[in-house]
Amino acid sequence: MSALVLAPAGRRLRALARAELTLLGRNRSAVVTALLVPLALPFSVRPALDQMDLKAEGLSVGIVLVTAAVGFSFLFAVYSSLVSAYVARREELVLKRLRTGEVGDPEILVGTALPAMCVGLLQSLVLTVACALLLDTGAPQAPYLTVLGLLLGLVLSAALAALTASYTRTVESAQVTALPLLFLSMLGSGIAIPAEALPDRVADVCAYLPLSPAIRLVRGGFTGELSGYEALVAAATALAWTVLAVFAVRRWFRWEPRR
Amino acid sequence: MDNNEHEHVIEVTDLRRVYGGGFEAVRGISFHVDRGEVFALLGTNGAGKTSTVEVLEGLARPASGRVRVLGHDPYEERSAVRPWTGVMLQEGGFPSELTVAETARMWAGCVSRARPPEEALELVGLERRADVRVKQLSGGERRRLDLALAVLGRPEVLFLDEPTTGLDAEGRHDTWELVRALRDGGTTVLLTTHYLEEAEDLADRLAIMREGRIAATGTPAEVTAAQPSRISFRLPDGYFLGDLPPLGELGVTGHEVDGRVVRLRTRELQRAATGLLVWAERAGIELRNLDVRSASLEEAFLGIAREKEKEEVAA
Repeated sequence: MSALVLAPAGRRLRALARAELTLLGRNRSAVVTALLVPLALPFSVRPALDQMDLKAEGLSVGIVLVTAAVGFSFLFAVYSSLVSAYVARREELVLKRLRTGEVGDPEILVGTALPAMCVGLLQSLVLTVACALLLDTGAPQAPYLTVLGLLLGLVLSAALAALTASYTRTVESAQVTALPLLFLSMLGSGIAIPAEALPDRVADVCAYLPLSPAIRLVRGGFTGELSGYEALVAAATALAWTVLAVFAVRRWFRWEPRR
Repeated sequence: MDNNEHEHVIEVTDLRRVYGGGFEAVRGISFHVDRGEVFALLGTNGAGKTSTVEVLEGLARPASGRVRVLGHDPYEERSAVRPWTGVMLQEGGFPSELTVAETARMWAGCVSRARPPEEALELVGLERRADVRVKQLSGGERRRLDLALAVLGRPEVLFLDEPTTGLDAEGRHDTWELVRALRDGGTTVLLTTHYLEEAEDLADRLAIMREGRIAATGTPAEVTAAQPSRISFRLPDGYFLGDLPPLGELGVTGHEVDGRVVRLRTRELQRAATGLLVWAERAGIELRNLDVRSASLEEAFLGIAREKEKEEVAA
């Protein structure tokens, strides 16, 4: 018998991610949602921002816009596009097929998510640079917070997508099942509306929504006005949500279609 | 660990599988498959074949009983078993927008002992369709792609769930040739099939399942040997069953008369046929539609299905 050479997980992840990237490229509506929405939406909320008294809150339009853009990237490039991808792969029995092989369950989920997460990351970086140049936001004051927020936001968005896919039966119904988190996050997590524009009590509660801490870290990195304690609380909250989501996915994720 | 130590490559003991709704699809079956053997699971739809195979593939956990593949629990010890197994599911499982070559390349990246993807496609005769999207393949071509992926990792144990369903006659024979070649190379194969000729041709041993249980098992010859041979013919007008030599003396164990058509069952086909033909020769009559046949797997299969009907009538 030939010596057993275990395919390293990295090689398997690359193979899965490559296939998934090819599929993403061939799905026009997914490309539009993933690439254009995060670019277009923030600018559509700009007129509303112009009417708010941002200066009083110590915010600039540029920083609010770049935060919104990153948030939309989490929601559309990663979250909603991945809900569809997971459901489509499950309904085509691709997930079941993959599970007959050597790929472990976490690798299947991560490999499928990698392209969308990379798109989200690249998009956020491009937006950050573009805003710095065009809207004079300047470089982030505390870049490590922005990077931490980005990474936590991307991972959490992917985990929440897998969780949403668990109770989504068809690719069509993914349009509906993804809505609650999309709306909740846009309104409450400081994406379409800055957290400061919310009433204080509401803002206190909304700070604990899944994507709020990641957005907070991203923006705190730009403004440099997040205390060490605040940053720690935000990071811990984001981490807690991620752990919770991963646990829920392990428990409830459906690998095969319902019959 | 040395996989060669396990002569029983697959071992199933008192396996039961129960679905969420409480339906008991597999009701306590035991069998084993030896190294280099082709073992076929036969049965009508809903007999529990796929439910059994899914447990062996490690996709589902048994409700009770013990399953070992290469000495390991395929569900709990996934990573110890999977590098050595190849699986062909009953239905596809490929992204429809990938091409054949892209699908094979993805799978090759996911197995540790992969053949070159082109080689796997050549084995199943799909090399000319490499650049075609999966959604444009015919049903038969999808089966071939599935087979290509199953053998891509040079498996020691191959699970084929209805490998030739949807294939034309030529495709079916190609698949059989490939399975034989793999078996000759030492691969152990467990397959399920609806086609009795497939099992008869290909399997070293087989089991016929009915309602979650194994109703008969053995080599194709052993399973058929349990069944009687048959003679049927049409009696000319003016002749009746009573004109024949005493059936007991011919070694006939049972008979049916349907109009002028007579059907006899016997375990001594030569004796019964000789007695009948000698009688006809002497009486100077022609037995039209004469059909003399040894027991076949098909009859064994139908016999088992009929037992079920009888039970239902009795119940």
